[in-house]
Amino acid sequence: MTPPDPGSPNPGAPGSGARSGPSTRNSRALVMARIRRALADVPRAETPGEVPVERTYHRVHGDRTPAGTADLLAENLADYRAIVHRTDAPSSLPALIARLLADRGATSVAVPPGLPDRWLSAVPDAVRRVPDTAELTPHDLDAVSSVVTGCAVAIAETGTVVLDAAPDQGRRRITLVPDHHICVIRVPDQVVGSVPEALDRLDPARPLTWISGPSATSDIELDRVEGVHGPRTLEVILTGAESAGRS
Amino acid sequence: MRVALFITCVNDTLYPRTGQAVVTLLRRLGVEVGFPEAQSCCGQPQFNTGYRHETEPLLRRYATAFRDYAYVVTPSGSCAAMVRDNYPRMGAKAAAEGRGQELADAAAEAVPKTYELTEFLTDVLKVTDVGAYYPHTVTYHPTCHGLRMLKLGDRPRSLLAAVKGLNLVELPGAEECCGFGGTFAVKNAAVSAAMGADKARNITATGAEAVCTLDNSCQMHIGGTLARQGSTVRPVHLAEILASTEGDVW
Amino acid sequence: MSGTHQATYLGMPAFPRAADASTRNTQLRANLRHATHTIRAKRATAVAELDDWSRLRAAGAAIKDRTLRHLDHYLERLESAVTAAGGHVHWAADADEANRIVTELVRATGEREVVKVKSMATQEIGLNGALATAGITAYETDLAELIVQLGDDLPSHILVPAIHRNRGEIRDIFTEKMSQWGRPAPPGLTDAPADLAEAARLHLREKFLNAKVGISGANFMVAETGTLVVVESEGNGRMCLTLPETLISVVGIEKVVPTFQDLEVFLQLLPRSSTAERMNPYTSTWTGTTDADGPRAFHLVLLDNGRTDTLADTVGRQALRCIRCSACLNVCPVYERAGGHAYGSAYPGPIGAILTPQLRGTQSELDASLPYASSLCGACYEVCPVAIDIPEILVHLRERVVEGGPVSVRGTRAVIKPAKGHAAERAAMRAARWALDHPRLLRTGQRLASRTRRFHPRRLPGPGRAWSDTRELPRVPEESFRDWWQRTGGGSRTEGRKKTT
Repeated sequence: MTPPDPGSPNPGAPGSGARSGPSTRNSRALVMARIRRALADVPRAETPGEVPVERTYHRVHGDRTPAGTADLLAENLADYRAIVHRTDAPSSLPALIARLLADRGATSVAVPPGLPDRWLSAVPDAVRRVPDTAELTPHDLDAVSSVVTGCAVAIAETGTVVLDAAPDQGRRRITLVPDHHICVIRVPDQVVGSVPEALDRLDPARPLTWISGPSATSDIELDRVEGVHGPRTLEVILTGAESAGRS
Repeated sequence: MRVALFITCVNDTLYPRTGQAVVTLLRRLGVEVGFPEAQSCCGQPQFNTGYRHETEPLLRRYATAFRDYAYVVTPSGSCAAMVRDNYPRMGAKAAAEGRGQELADAAAEAVPKTYELTEFLTDVLKVTDVGAYYPHTVTYHPTCHGLRMLKLGDRPRSLLAAVKGLNLVELPGAEECCGFGGTFAVKNAAVSAAMGADKARNITATGAEAVCTLDNSCQMHIGGTLARQGSTVRPVHLAEILASTEGDVW
Repeated sequence: MSGTHQATYLGMPAFPRAADASTRNTQLRANLRHATHTIRAKRATAVAELDDWSRLRAAGAAIKDRTLRHLDHYLERLESAVTAAGGHVHWAADADEANRIVTELVRATGEREVVKVKSMATQEIGLNGALATAGITAYETDLAELIVQLGDDLPSHILVPAIHRNRGEIRDIFTEKMSQWGRPAPPGLTDAPADLAEAARLHLREKFLNAKVGISGANFMVAETGTLVVVESEGNGRMCLTLPETLISVVGIEKVVPTFQDLEVFLQLLPRSSTAERMNPYTSTWTGTTDADGPRAFHLVLLDNGRTDTLADTVGRQALRCIRCSACLNVCPVYERAGGHAYGSAYPGPIGAILTPQLRGTQSELDASLPYASSLCGACYEVCPVAIDIPEILVHLRERVVEGGPVSVRGTRAVIKPAKGHAAERAAMRAARWALDHPRLLRTGQRLASRTRRFHPRRLPGPGRAWSDTRELPRVPEESFRDWWQRTGGGSRTEGRKKTT
């Protein structure tokens, strides 16, 4: 679509061997040279840090108690059509998970390797446990009814849960292909108020999945409709802190 | 207090009543009004079409014409915005082109003294009730440059709200552009006309007798469209409403 | 397979001619009006929830400016970080080179099919067409992109490429075309949005589960960590980013941000500005490759294709801050009436009117007409989450069109001539300026107009018809203000105003 670039490299030319891919070392030099010419107005001595960025925006919006933050999380999750359950007593968590799977009619459940054993302890044996292994194919997962995971952090202001593929959450695909996701958030320690607070807790080296409600689209007349490719049902359980933490 | 009236080329040529209204209004408020005859156009039509260099003599003329005044008042949000936003840009570009600071200095002289009429009334004279009487149902179209470049906010509405006898009715989609846009109105006539037609229909649907604007260029577009649609709503500049009194209804 | 036919923007008419046709399409006008007005109100509500919006906006602009002023530095850091995390970085100076790189990478996998996440960069370079020429079929998986692809159509919006289609049209496209690409639409498909979304889910399911190669763009790339970010709603992005064995991301060089912390600004600005949500349903971030989770091979193709030319313009540079939210399209009265196709580019609306003529230059009639596709009402600037002064750049580019001047063309400084077709206008502008700079002459003209006012036509011939076909002309008054002032001493000597209306 674009006219040929007279300065563009010939992919077969000598010296065009890859830095880390095919035929692009010349282009790297070319683009870098273009950038430096384009920035002729920037003083040579200027360092990036000298370009001012004022971070006067809020760290968090509003002043809330931990309980208030959990309430806001529940409210915002529900606003985007996640189904929210609260169980302050950690001891009632297994029964709740078992009930949610039963209500769904789940015949199988994907299980991350580090999911606390107790969480599925009330689920009947008839519900097949599908361990999250490297051998599992997307087709295998497509036949799995539900998945149960923990999370890395949850954001109250936006109604978001963030998964970081830790052992209690498993590989990214297990929360993607099954149509029903039950996600457990430990309150208050996994709940933060805002996006800036969440980023502080996250490790960028890990693959992150931020989830705010079930999959949705605004592609038809710019109106939101829930339920496309990701899990169409997202159930979130806010549970009180367990004394033992992760098992 | 002594101020210069910057009448603008559109008002001067096509809408002299608006300038007369500003003179009447300001005198009633105890302001001495001067009209330096060396003034001309702010240069917006040229500048906004891309002819920056053709605009430069008009910037110089503006600065020179109003040199003896501390305040310049204009009944046009668009022309005030041209001076305030674009004159400094023209000065900076001329300097960057190696033509010295002369234009930038002229811009710096012009900018702080230039006021759109409602700014002058509410910010300098600090009045919202100007003693006006206008016994009509009116809807208000906030013109784009006043709204977004000058950020006039509720100044015009607060002035209208204080007018005796005036019944202000809300205009649906008030903040949408009327489609004038200077040479846009002819360069992109189809889109401009479509915008104007929607605006005019919204205005007529309010049932108002008059539609009030802060810019006669927009008023020309809205009025021309209303007339073509056979609407009886009359376009009127805010200055004419504010000039109107029980003893002298405009 | 109809995938070999690719619609393109090439050879499209200048904006005013295209818009002249589209403004008369009542169905299109109704679709666009409905969609843009829906999102406009929602965006305002979502933004109003944050009382520090203007500060976030200023920070977003500042972070992007810092990045752009030191783009070479940040790209080098990004490259090192991506490479260290197991990714491969490729550089593409232009569209052809980017297409060639991606084609070679796909060929190397031995695959003939790829799944794609919606990406503006790959639209811009025409990747699907290039892949089709090489015998590779690209399946668009975003719902709106799917509608466009099945309908053999062109995108008309940045966020919602099929915004010009209403639910009934989408139902018809699905019913007629899905079977040519894979699983047919369910029998008796209705036009309920939920049913249409379900049809897309079923149609694309097999493609996701079997996909070996995924192609994406990215909303952000973090220089310090080498992290890429894709912001989406449907989960098609997650499918393409995690199920295939090979992931290829084509990303414009301006998408880099310095630090992971900087995402705290953009992940607040973007969702509220684009879909008017507190947060979009899914955001994925990845850094190189992860053992036994997601693709085994990750390739990042960094794309210039006119961006460095844009960077070279100190006024136009701010267009590279754009985070592709499309808020400016949704509030634009011109976009609402002309539709996206009239802009002749993957980037329609106000941002397209400043980006396309910078990326492609102003040589073609279409590209030279784009800076004029605006009434300069300023609504776009007001909603822009990174404070791009779109009206300022529009006027700046108009100057380039009519006056010519210094530009960067594929990295080389050049001086271009004024665009063709503006000679009469230039002469008129010069004459007008001359008259306006001679008030006495102006007065003579005004008097002549007043004296002949009774003979003025109601409709103008020639170019003036552009006005008078749809709008009455104002009546010239008996006397200009200037004459009134002189005659009456500014109204102080009797007489006062004349009734001129």
